[in-house]
Amino acid sequence: MLHAYRWTLLLAVVALTACGGGGGTSTISRSTSSSGASSSSSSSSSSSSSSSSSGASSSSSGGHNFSAGGPNVVPITVGPGPTPSSSFFNIPYASVTVCIADTSTCTTIQDVLVDTGSVGLRLMASALNGLTLNEQHDPSGNGNVIAECLPFPDGYIWGPVATADLTIGGEKASAVPINIIDDNSSFSPTVPSSCTSNGISLSSVDLLGANGVLGVGLYTQDCGPYCAYSVSQQRSPYYYYSCTASTCTPASEAVGSQVINPVVLFATDNNGVILQLPAIAATGATSATGYLVFGIGTEANNGLETATVLTVNPINGTFTTVFNTQTLSFSFLDSGSNGLFFLDNSIPNCPGNAQAMQFYCPTSTLSLLAMNEGQNGAMSTVPFQIADLSKLSQFDFALNDVGGTPTSIMGLGTSYFDFGLPFFYGRTVFTAINGMPAGSATGPYFAY
Amino acid sequence: MSHRISRAARALPAFVSLAFVWLTSPASASLGGDADSVSADSVEFKGQRLRTAMPQFDRHDITTGSGTVVHEYLSRAGKVFAVTWQGPTPPDLRQLFGSYFEPFRSAAAAQSRPGAHRQMSIAQSDFVVQAIGHLRTFQGKAYVPSLVPAGVSVAELE
Repeated sequence: MLHAYRWTLLLAVVALTACGGGGGTSTISRSTSSSGASSSSSSSSSSSSSSSSSGASSSSSGGHNFSAGGPNVVPITVGPGPTPSSSFFNIPYASVTVCIADTSTCTTIQDVLVDTGSVGLRLMASALNGLTLNEQHDPSGNGNVIAECLPFPDGYIWGPVATADLTIGGEKASAVPINIIDDNSSFSPTVPSSCTSNGISLSSVDLLGANGVLGVGLYTQDCGPYCAYSVSQQRSPYYYYSCTASTCTPASEAVGSQVINPVVLFATDNNGVILQLPAIAATGATSATGYLVFGIGTEANNGLETATVLTVNPINGTFTTVFNTQTLSFSFLDSGSNGLFFLDNSIPNCPGNAQAMQFYCPTSTLSLLAMNEGQNGAMSTVPFQIADLSKLSQFDFALNDVGGTPTSIMGLGTSYFDFGLPFFYGRTVFTAINGMPAGSATGPYFAY
Repeated sequence: MSHRISRAARALPAFVSLAFVWLTSPASASLGGDADSVSADSVEFKGQRLRTAMPQFDRHDITTGSGTVVHEYLSRAGKVFAVTWQGPTPPDLRQLFGSYFEPFRSAAAAQSRPGAHRQMSIAQSDFVVQAIGHLRTFQGKAYVPSLVPAGVSVAELE
């Protein structure tokens, strides 16, 4: 009963398959592995061989052992998260401590999603344990409070901007603009219609699967210079608003006041992050514990060593992946995605509801290969496996071989391979912030 | 490409004046709407607009200040049958989808799952949406199959 949400949909998968729904999958003309497809009885040898293959590239950065800890090392856990009754797999969590600025009045929030695909710290209002942080005020002195509406493809996150002192592991930052997600309607103004035009509200623990998001991605601000334009030069949906107690109007938000990647405000170790997760069996693991490490090449423990640096397009943070015959120029690494999302029409999607159908359920585990190329010309091959999600253990929250269909937009030339959390198992992955020297290269880049 | 741009450039003056006429009109639906709604979008998005005439449709390009480009495809029957967008910020989907905005919201709610939300896809019999978005990159396409002119390949619409 731990994660009924996920298994409601997957029970439907199994039921349909049993009725012959999987019969139309025909042949998949690629090498397959028996390791993941067979049940747990064959576990140790087959799973260790497959996990070593998927983690093969980790040997390039194998010198990093963070188990000794250190001021820049924070444990992260892939596990059931804050809502065991509705939790999902492959979401990495850390704890953060926020304090009312210039005070020792603090609270620690567990189960905050560690996300290399976004920027800025966002915390659910309901998770602050009653702590009232200082709201950021409109610089015009009208007493208004600044709020942010962060867009997603299907909706938005909404809530006030606050200024807090922040501690993550041994790193501290002061006066950090963060976003308080208004998941409990404690923020009185009405959500403006130009914000709700993004779709549905994602301001809830259930919909994010976390008590907040620690965005440690490739940029310093979540929006940047555009949101500092005069309002007349912006257009709906706006990111920042100036709010009275009842209504909000679009606002110009100075770059320095925007919700910020907290890493850049640390005194040191402020040019990027490392995520390291252990290799796990092809059949999955109940949980996985790894490390979020601050700084790249700033301490004895966080050098690039032999990692391959893939510089990305500074405009949108993407690199190129070649997979099968596809050249996917908008690819990215993303610890906030819970699978590997890439297009392969020969792999059947899981039958079931709209959520199950986003994932792949091959008839046997597939061993595949992608090649990544950075803007710097550096290349790296990525072996990976895709298993039948419906056959993986319902008690495992860390799943190595999960794939799904990307949203492919024909005609726009924006196809991508989203290397989500399975990519991070068995690897040490570096995310360097735009414009920051980090080891032998300058951000924005990914390295592993 | 130069061919298209030159045609668009010739069409520009007439449409600038039309857009001016409709400045005072209420914003109306776009997807599934008529030519008026294209002009309404141009005003709403505060964007510059170009028209490219094709045999089976007109493509109206609206470029907003963030650099995001919206394409609206208007059939010879006078209906917007498809829209696309691409750029660092998303467009106003309520404005762009018009009467299809609530179906969009309903479908989004039905398929939403925990974790970071990077993509969404709707494939209903007469309403299709493909959208992706993460930090500083948003792209999407939406169309109404029953309004697509015969012979037009939606997959090839930029």
